[in-house]
Amino acid sequence: MSISLSNISKSYKKVKAVQDISFDVNPGELFGLIGPDGAGKTTIFRILTTLLIADEGRATIAGFDVVKDYKAIRNSVGYMPGRFSLYQDLTVEENLTFFATIFGTTIEENYDLIEDIYVQIEPFKNRRAGKLSGGMKQKLALSCALIHKPKVLFLDEPTTGVDPVSRKEFWEMLKRLQKKGITILVSTPYMDEAALCDRIALIQGGEILEIDTPDAIVSEFPKTIYNVGADNMYKLIQSLQQYEHVYSVFPFGEFVHYTDKRDSFEMADLQSYLEKEGLADISIETAKPNIEDAFMELAR
Amino acid sequence: MKTIGYIIQKEFKQIFRNKGMLPIIFILPILQLVILSNAATYEVKNIKFAYIDNDHTSTSRSLIEKFNASTYFDVLTDFPSQEKASSAMLAGEVDVVLEIPHQFEKKLLKEKTTDLSITINAIDGAAAGVESVYVNQIVQSFNKDVKMNFRNTSNKIAQPVTIESIPSFWYNTTLDYKTFMVPGILVLLVTMITLFLSGMNIVREKEIGTLEQINVTPIRKSQFIIGKLFPFWVIGMGLLTIGLILAKVIFNIPMIGNIILLYGFTSIYILVILGMGLLISNFTDTQQQAMFISWFFIVIFILMSGLFTPIESMPKWAQLITEFNPIKYFVEIVRMVMLKGSGFMDILPQLWKTLLYAIIMNGLAVWSYKKVN
Repeated sequence: MSISLSNISKSYKKVKAVQDISFDVNPGELFGLIGPDGAGKTTIFRILTTLLIADEGRATIAGFDVVKDYKAIRNSVGYMPGRFSLYQDLTVEENLTFFATIFGTTIEENYDLIEDIYVQIEPFKNRRAGKLSGGMKQKLALSCALIHKPKVLFLDEPTTGVDPVSRKEFWEMLKRLQKKGITILVSTPYMDEAALCDRIALIQGGEILEIDTPDAIVSEFPKTIYNVGADNMYKLIQSLQQYEHVYSVFPFGEFVHYTDKRDSFEMADLQSYLEKEGLADISIETAKPNIEDAFMELAR
Repeated sequence: MKTIGYIIQKEFKQIFRNKGMLPIIFILPILQLVILSNAATYEVKNIKFAYIDNDHTSTSRSLIEKFNASTYFDVLTDFPSQEKASSAMLAGEVDVVLEIPHQFEKKLLKEKTTDLSITINAIDGAAAGVESVYVNQIVQSFNKDVKMNFRNTSNKIAQPVTIESIPSFWYNTTLDYKTFMVPGILVLLVTMITLFLSGMNIVREKEIGTLEQINVTPIRKSQFIIGKLFPFWVIGMGLLTIGLILAKVIFNIPMIGNIILLYGFTSIYILVILGMGLLISNFTDTQQQAMFISWFFIVIFILMSGLFTPIESMPKWAQLITEFNPIKYFVEIVRMVMLKGSGFMDILPQLWKTLLYAIIMNGLAVWSYKKVN
C-alpha cells in the first residue's frame, strides 16, 4: 500500500471535520477524493502530509507512519496546497531553486521529472511568480512539489479556479507523472475530473460515501436518468419538483436530470403534465448517469 | 549550512525587492533620528510671562527688566488687575504671572523684606517645575543686586552669609540634551525596526501560505529560524552603524568608549529583540495582529526604559518591572559606553542579564514554533 488510512477522525473543537475515514491507495495509482467544499478533503491532506495530527486512527505513507516517521515522510512526499503558496516576489527559477535547496537537491538532478512541465514555464523563468497567470502558477507549484522526486504526490484541489484548457492540460500531466511511477492523491470538487482517476472516494460531511472506480460507481446507479428540457428552465424545475412521482431533480447544463419513483415510467405521462403546466419545447430522453448523479444519489 | 545560506539569500532578495518596505527600513529611521533629536528637548523656553505692577517704582521696574533680559521669558504685557491676569491665564495666553505688591520698594528699604506673588500654569507639571526654578533664580539674583545697593547706603548692617553651590557637570559638561537624547533615540530605532520586521516576517509566510509548504519539507526548525532571523540581525547592526555615523557627523556626540564593545553588546541585544519578534509571530495569524502586539510592547518598553523619564523617580513596583525591560539595559549601555567611556567590566552586569534574556527569549520562540498542529 502506498497510502493507507484506517479509522482516521479529527475534530476542530466541536466541529467534526472527518470521521472514521479508511481507504488504501495502491502504488502508482491516481486516486481522487471527490466532494463538495467543506467535506473534509483538506483535513485528510493535512493529516497525511504531517501538518496535522489526527485525534484517532492511524495512517501510513509508503510504509511510514504519519506521526512517528514524519521526517521520512517529509522527504518522500510532494504537497501542493489548494492555495497558490509560493513566494510571489521571487522569480520562477528562484522559487524552484529554493525548494530544491531545502530538499537538499538541485534542479539539474531531477530535471527529467519536471521537464515536461517546466519547459512550458521556462520562457518566463525570470518573471516573478506573482506576475504569472493562474495556469502557469499552477505549473510552477507542481514543479516545486516534484523537484525532490517524491514517491507520493498530494494535490489539494489543484484545478480550482483554473480555466478549462489548463485543467485539461493539468490532468494530462498527472497521467504522465503516474506513468513514471508516482502515486497521486488528488482532491477536486469537479465531478467531471473524477472520471479521470483510477479510483475515487466520494466524501461528504467528513464521511466516505463510496470508494470504487468511476465506472463501477456510475454503473451501480440504481435508477434511469432522463434528460428533460423545456423553454423555461426555472419553471421546468419547479414543475418537476411538484410532480407526484418525482424522485430527484437536478439541473444539469441546459437540461434537468430527472428520476422517477416508479419502475414503469411513462414519458408521455410526464410530457402531458409539463404541457399542462404551461411549458413548451419539451424534450424527454434517457441519459447515461455520471459521477455527479451518483454523488447526488449517495448524498441524499 | 547550504540550506541556511540559501534561506538567508532568499530573505535578502525579498527585503530588497519590497519597494515599499525599503525606505521604511532605512530612510525613516534616519529622519526620525534627525527630527526627534532636535525636537525632543527637556529645556523650557519661550515662557509666556506677564506681570501686575502695583508699585510702579524704579525697583519694581528693574525686577521686570531682569525677566525681560532672560532668554527663557517672553515678557508679554502688564495687567492692571489680578482678575485680568487670571482670565488671560485661563485663556492660555500667559504661563507665568508675577504680581508686585504695593509699596514693594518702600518695604524693601525699610523692613528689608517683602513678598512677591507668582502664579504658574501647572497643567504640564514638569514644565511648571522648571519655570518655578527659573523665576526663583531671577528673583535671587535680583535680591543680590538689591543687597549690593543697600550696602552702599547702609553698610554698617551685617549681611547674612549666603552659600552658593557651583555644580560641575560630568560626562555632559554643557548639559547639552542632544548628547543625552541621541544615543537613546538610536536605541529606539534599532529596537523598533528589528522587532517589527522580525515579528511580521514569519507571520507573513503564514498569511501567504508558504509556511505550510515549508513545513512539509524536511527542513529543520533551527535552520529555518536562523535563516529567517539572520538578515534582520544584519539590518539591526546596519542601523546602529548608520545611527552612530549620523550622531557623530550631525550632532557631534562624544564617543569616548570602545565602539567595538558597543557593537558586541548590540549583537547580543538584537538577539533578544529577534527572539521576541519570533515569539510574537508564533502566536499570531496575521501581520496586523503581530504589528499591534509588537507596538504594545514597544510603547511600554520605551516609556519604562529611562529614555525620557528617569527610572529612579518611578514607583518601586515600576522600577521592578523595568528590570525585565531589555531596552533599559541597552539605553544604559549606549549612554555609558558613548558618553562615559565605560569598559567591559563596567557593563558586565547588563551584559549578563541581556545574554540570559536572549537565551530565554530564543529558547521560548524555538520551542513554541511548531511545524505540526
